Amino acid sequence: MRRRGFLGALGACGTLGTLGGLSGTTLVAGCSPGSPPPIPRGRVLGNDVDLGHRLRAGDLPPPGETRKIPVLIVGGGIGGLAAGWKLAKAGVDDFLLLEMEEETGGNSRGLATAAGACPFAAHYLPLPGIEAVAVRELLAELGVLQGDPRAPRPTYDERYLCAMPQERLYRNGLWQEGLWPHIGTNANDHAQYARFQELMAAYRDRRAFSVPMALSRRSPELLALDRVSMRDWLLAQKLDSAPLHWYVDYACRDDYGTASADTSAWAGIHYFACRSGEAANAEHDTVLTAPDGNAWLVRGLVRGITARIQSGAIAYRVEQTKRAVLVDVFLPAEERSVRFAAEQLIWAAPLFLVPRVFVGEAKLAAAAQRYSHAPWLVANLVVSSLPSAGAGAPRAWDNVLYDSPGLGYVVSSHQQMRLADAGAVLTYYRALSGMSPAAGREALLSRTRETWLDEVFADLGRAHAELRSLTVAADIVRLGHAMARPTVGFIWGGAREPFAADSPRLRFAHADVSGFSIFEEAQYRGVLAAERTLRRLGVRFTSSLV
Amino acid sequence: MQQALLASVFVVASCGLAYELIAGALASYVLGDSITQFSTVIGTYLFAMGVGSWFSRYIVRDLVGRFVRIELIIGVLGGFSAAALYFMFVWAPEPFKIALYLIVFLIGMLVGLEIPLIMRILKRDIAFKDVVSQVLTFDYLGALAVSILFPVLLVPHLGLVRSALLFGLLNVAVALWALWLFRTQLPAIAWLRGQGIAALALLAVAFAGAGEMTSLAETHLYADEIVHAESSPYQRIVVTRWKDDLRLHLNNNLQFSSRDEYRYHEALVHPALATLPGARRVLVLGGGDGLALREILKYPQVEAVTLVDLDPAMTRLFSTAPALTALNANAFASPKVKVVNADALVWLEESREQFDFVVVDFPDPSNFAIGKLYSAAFYRLLEKHLSATGLAVVQSTSPLYARQSFWCVVTTIESTGLVAAPYHALVPSFGEWGFVLVGRRAYAPPQEYPVATRFLTPALTPALFEFPKDMARVPAEVNQLNNQALVRYFEREWRHVIR
Ligand SMILES: Cc1cc2nc3c(=O)[nH]c(=O)nc-3n(C[C@H](O)[C@H](O)[C@H](O)COP(=O)(O)OP(=O)(O)OC[C@H]3O[C@@H](n4cnc5c(N)ncnc54)[C@H](O)[C@@H]3O)c2cc1C
Repeated sequence: MRRRGFLGALGACGTLGTLGGLSGTTLVAGCSPGSPPPIPRGRVLGNDVDLGHRLRAGDLPPPGETRKIPVLIVGGGIGGLAAGWKLAKAGVDDFLLLEMEEETGGNSRGLATAAGACPFAAHYLPLPGIEAVAVRELLAELGVLQGDPRAPRPTYDERYLCAMPQERLYRNGLWQEGLWPHIGTNANDHAQYARFQELMAAYRDRRAFSVPMALSRRSPELLALDRVSMRDWLLAQKLDSAPLHWYVDYACRDDYGTASADTSAWAGIHYFACRSGEAANAEHDTVLTAPDGNAWLVRGLVRGITARIQSGAIAYRVEQTKRAVLVDVFLPAEERSVRFAAEQLIWAAPLFLVPRVFVGEAKLAAAAQRYSHAPWLVANLVVSSLPSAGAGAPRAWDNVLYDSPGLGYVVSSHQQMRLADAGAVLTYYRALSGMSPAAGREALLSRTRETWLDEVFADLGRAHAELRSLTVAADIVRLGHAMARPTVGFIWGGAREPFAADSPRLRFAHADVSGFSIFEEAQYRGVLAAERTLRRLGVRFTSSLV
Repeated sequence: MQQALLASVFVVASCGLAYELIAGALASYVLGDSITQFSTVIGTYLFAMGVGSWFSRYIVRDLVGRFVRIELIIGVLGGFSAAALYFMFVWAPEPFKIALYLIVFLIGMLVGLEIPLIMRILKRDIAFKDVVSQVLTFDYLGALAVSILFPVLLVPHLGLVRSALLFGLLNVAVALWALWLFRTQLPAIAWLRGQGIAALALLAVAFAGAGEMTSLAETHLYADEIVHAESSPYQRIVVTRWKDDLRLHLNNNLQFSSRDEYRYHEALVHPALATLPGARRVLVLGGGDGLALREILKYPQVEAVTLVDLDPAMTRLFSTAPALTALNANAFASPKVKVVNADALVWLEESREQFDFVVVDFPDPSNFAIGKLYSAAFYRLLEKHLSATGLAVVQSTSPLYARQSFWCVVTTIESTGLVAAPYHALVPSFGEWGFVLVGRRAYAPPQEYPVATRFLTPALTPALFEFPKDMARVPAEVNQLNNQALVRYFEREWRHVIR
């Protein structure tokens, strides 16, 4: 009996699919054996080393003019943009947002490549829980959340729900579905994994941990979790299975850029126990994503305030006086500086800059110095066609390798509806959590793009031997202070407090204020700073936070 | 002793020819164009034999030992040649040609060494003129035997993989026999015998397991003559012919048989288009064979048809090859037809055009990439391209073999607020096949067909919309991008059919 589909079905279950067809396999001849192909061309993005030196050396022109401005926002990442978004919604339009780069979005922006857009860094948003009011409001504005934004289980636009399969794990030569290694682990591992999930579910049921984190319960028992490491906490629960430790460590590195031995158990558990979002048309653990990562969220925040944004503007000195906050801003394109005299300042740039930039703020500087920041490397590999899926579970959006120094890669074409494989970008992530942050930053800057790419290909080559020959261009992104690290004792140890507090003229709106970096926290801090500013200005508004 | 050696000449010669025929047949099966394949394979083989004969002069000592070794190598190499080439073609089609000629050359060279060696062994005992006459006689006899057995017995009953293994076994048997004949004259006989027995065992095991091996690989090959074969960047296109039956295979999946494709394409087009007297603009997604076009162009009211097919090789083939343009009534030559070689999905997202009738003829949802083309998101996109009274038809796999898959397509279409009218038709080469009409209001079958049909009648049509008990509706999830329910149903149901 012959029938169309007959072998296609076989192909879907086995290796025959590699012969061709629509599953993304143009017949690409492998490269000849012997010498590896040369490192593909590409850019080095992220930290601008020369500019950094100039800023630190104070080698900048003094401001030539002073401009008065009612509200100034410094930094156009999610925090700054969310502040602008809320101000504009409340009808305030006499503010200015300064962004150092040519483009806004910070770590959530997208990147254009020959194979279409891909994430610069941030790439997904979990389904928002009921407390993430501002997130839901934005998603409803964008039409991605449909119907009542406060519904317990709203419907989401299918195109933004991560398509099946969401994630897979490579271990011992085989891809498995999901991130927990359910193949090749023993009964004890499974039992421990189950118990771990039960413990997390219990915290979830108590609604102990929340997003935004500021709404989390603060009982002494919960806060005590901040004083042990996630790793030690697991051991204290008699959870010692190596695969379980890998799994939890992976989660800490992936979300916080920090190993589980350095992450506070409060933060580690927060990751697993804070997610309460549900959807009418998706499983609760589905994430929202797009080919260019979280850039669609950036566009949603920006669209009402484009006229208020000035890019290519670097704030390098901040001083509070009686009547205004003076912000000195360098404009590299014009090689000159401007002084802004702002009635209100929202600082939405990373907090590690505070000791260097803020004048006469000893308390803030001391608090900022208690922070540590994780260095990250992102590599965007532009491939002419996708590497073959390999044995086991089919290609997913997020593809993770067990026992890897990296965090795996996401596939930019995963959310696209395409018949043919017209190439894609594989975005590879690596938090340099195996060394001290300072050593990591040193490695980021001193190693060449070629060296880093060699490491990337060596890592991914275990699963995709042909990847290097499929890669036609490769950008690396170096992020020296990518995110605040929620290390043991940090989150509830007081360092964040001065930044989370309100003051007459100055407030902070960066994910750093929450002590770890996710979209929801950055947006919350931005909206909170805007609402506090609106109160100072005496503007009436409906809160986006309750 | 003499008789025994002459018998082995017979066997050796037949083995040699057999490998050559097997390689030629294999090459023409998978590459098409049998004349070219046979003549290049035979040419390579004969040339390699010449090379082998020339090299035979350099073998001076231990003639029997060398002969035995060569026999063993030929046995293993030739025996596994077909299997190796099959698997090569299935899993690594690119270097297939190189491997083919390499194997043919190696076997040819070794066979070229054999006969001169036997002649020299025999020359020790009989006159040269007798050696030449006897050896060549048996050589040609062996060739005759195989050339008759090959098409009559071997290919139909054993298949290529097993035939090759059988001749491999014969080669090894000759080697072992020679070892026994010359057991007194050979130095390291135990070692050689060990090798021989190992080769024999290896081939015997492979022969026993060949059924599974071939069914794995041979399902990829076609019983019929290949009249066209090419690999485009997107797929492998193969057209076969058996008597008057033309068949198109894409990536080894049968797309149509010219004997009954009219049933499929009439069922695809007419139930919708016959109810749309005002249909002027038509869109075909997929369908690069032009057969749906042929049916659409029967309607005089249709002014423009846009056909979006990814693969220019397909539309080129079906607008130029005479046998195929005869089949699609030269549809691509019609001035009404515009061909767009683009990704249908990308094209749909970018285009703003609306159509009165849309044919959605995508491959079956056998993997996650294709599963997206059957998702609610896709049907929402499709709706944007339907005019107010427009209809679309979706080929939606077999409601009999993949029942839940079929109803999953229906459920998914309905979930987007569109009205679905599912129906089915029997297409013998596929079996019972399913389609779904998609529109914004309830559908009523046509009272008459204004165009010529071979299969459909107005009286029969309402019956196509009735589903017998074994195909009746079953509950199914909505196929969403984020659950890919359909691919899961489809995989499970077809796996069940295949077993
Ligand atoms: C590799 C990586 C992957 C990530 N993945 C995710 C993810 O998948 N999901 C998720 O939710 N989060 C992710 N994150 C976290 C992500 O950083 C946050 O979601 C969010 O983008 C943080 O926004 P922010 O505004 O707090 O900070 P930033 O993105 O740091 O924004 C600060 C902005 O200030 C600008 N700036 C800095 N200094 C100055 C100056 N002196 N003057 C003017 N402007 C200045 C910067 O250019 C930048 O645009 C990831 C982070 C990294 C590093």
